[in-house]
Amino acid sequence: MSRAYRLAPWLFLAPAAIYFFSLVIYPIFGSFWVSFHDWDGTTFQCSDGRTLQELAEDESCRRVPLMTWVGLENYERFFDKTPRDAGRIAEYWSGVFAGESPRWPRLSVETKVVLNNIKWLVLFPLAIPIGLAFALFLNQTSVWIRATKSMFFFPFVLSPAVIGFVFQYFYDPSGPLEGIYDLLGWDSGVIGDQTRATYGIIVAGWYPQIAYCMIIYLAGLTAIEPEQIEAARLDGARRWKLLRRIILPQLWPATFVALVVTTIGALRSFDLVQVMTIGGPGRGSSDVLARYMYQKTLFDQDYGYGATLAVILFLIMLVFIAVFIRQMVQQED
Amino acid sequence: MYPAPMETWKPQSRTLYKISVIVVLLLWLLPLIIIMLASFMTADQLNTGGRGLNLPNPFSIEGYRTAFTNQDFMASFMNSFLVVIPVTAISVCLATMAGYGLSKYRFRGQILIFAIFVGGNFVPFQILMVPVLRLTQDLGIYNTRWALILFHGAFQTGFCVFFMRNFIAQLPSELIEAARVEGANEWQIFRRIVLPLVVPAMSALAVLIFTFVWNDFFWSLVLTPASPEGMLAPAGLNNIIKGRFYNAWNVLAAGSLLVALPPVLMFFVLQKQFIAGLTLGANKG
Repeated sequence: MSRAYRLAPWLFLAPAAIYFFSLVIYPIFGSFWVSFHDWDGTTFQCSDGRTLQELAEDESCRRVPLMTWVGLENYERFFDKTPRDAGRIAEYWSGVFAGESPRWPRLSVETKVVLNNIKWLVLFPLAIPIGLAFALFLNQTSVWIRATKSMFFFPFVLSPAVIGFVFQYFYDPSGPLEGIYDLLGWDSGVIGDQTRATYGIIVAGWYPQIAYCMIIYLAGLTAIEPEQIEAARLDGARRWKLLRRIILPQLWPATFVALVVTTIGALRSFDLVQVMTIGGPGRGSSDVLARYMYQKTLFDQDYGYGATLAVILFLIMLVFIAVFIRQMVQQED
Repeated sequence: MYPAPMETWKPQSRTLYKISVIVVLLLWLLPLIIIMLASFMTADQLNTGGRGLNLPNPFSIEGYRTAFTNQDFMASFMNSFLVVIPVTAISVCLATMAGYGLSKYRFRGQILIFAIFVGGNFVPFQILMVPVLRLTQDLGIYNTRWALILFHGAFQTGFCVFFMRNFIAQLPSELIEAARVEGANEWQIFRRIVLPLVVPAMSALAVLIFTFVWNDFFWSLVLTPASPEGMLAPAGLNNIIKGRFYNAWNVLAAGSLLVALPPVLMFFVLQKQFIAGLTLGANKG
């Protein structure tokens, strides 16, 4: 092959690769580095090692962060209360199983945040079966149903912040759900209550996510060959059996994409929490890693610890990213 | 087709189905219907507890007027266009070239580079936050729209490469080979053969990127917290609602609908492109 041919892909690739790698890949390592330090985000020194005070009046220098190396201290801080909290939670459940009615223990913010992330991971993906149900419900071809599909879908294009405001209003204790709250005795509504807030936010998060899963499944349903369905029908497969044996396996690619996007979305949840509860009510009752990190870094000016939280979140997500990439690369071969 | 097409059903089932679709749709849109009603109510009506499924009484555009005349909110709203448009152009163009380079050539490290682009799409923003923030401070663009353009351009380029690489890989290679045999150089092949074929994909992608970036909230909070004319509309709305218009429900409602409007309009006008973009890759092996 000619030199031009060998060189060409690199030239086509270079602008995007340099740009993307320097702003999205390289900073990952930067956060790892910061996570081993203590830094308040505002202390700097000169890149040649002098302090800013040592500079002559008209002199300037390249400023670099003045950070203190603390090794794994930030990570120890994160897991410091984990054994204690795990013990308390175990005690709570053994109480429950012994037929008592123990009070939910006081936990550290870190534990609450991790538990909330787990709630997101478990509950947020329910958007997938709900989206599938919507897709099956709406998989018809008449003109009016096509218009209806886009009405079902369009919440997906709303900004998560907007969804947050919409549901903040929707959940208001004297809002449209007031009657239901009265019935249940929920005086502070959903997101105003420590034990319910996270669930309320997850339900708000479902709104665009169900729409997304629905559209992915509708595309998947359209792509199934009609002959195959007809053949199965002739063999006597109907309804559930047809769905389970023929349709669901055929929809696997759609399910896979929905799973990846939804799982990553669950861990990324920031906007809704920030808009609806700012992590509260109280300390961390609805907080998640993604938001707690933002708070710790920019408001408590604890950059090292914030970076540590980000690294922990990243490592959890890396598991899912790796699964996705492995599947993708396998498809290539 | 699954479920069986409506045409094959009993007439009663068909009627029942149509009714149930309408009922479910109304329930589905209920939060949005309620916020739309609220956007036309007066602050008085909302504060005296009429925050349920009530009709505006009196009908008022107070909320919209407040939002429209708030300089900070309007600045962020207009600024959104100034950020979103260049970001869309940069990322789609860079990614089209990169996608071509990654799909129609064979070279070592190709899969690895592609995998990094794809993986980079899924990293949590928080792991990039401190370094990107520091970078914009060093460059002197912190608290300006340039910070958002710089970062979003890069991040969206990753998604676009993923998309474009998969799209271009599906194009037949024969055309490219033929052009090469006839002596076209590599750039001419890209410019004359590939580019015309990917225009539909580029427009589908542009619609998606417009929406993704328009809706960003996190990076506005991080990179432009003190600059209403640098941040994006969702953050601008958040600022006024958490600030001066705290508990002004009609401003919250009207503002939310205003922020939602551009992507919603775009979606309804360019629906085909939007859905084509979103579902690419979701139904192939």
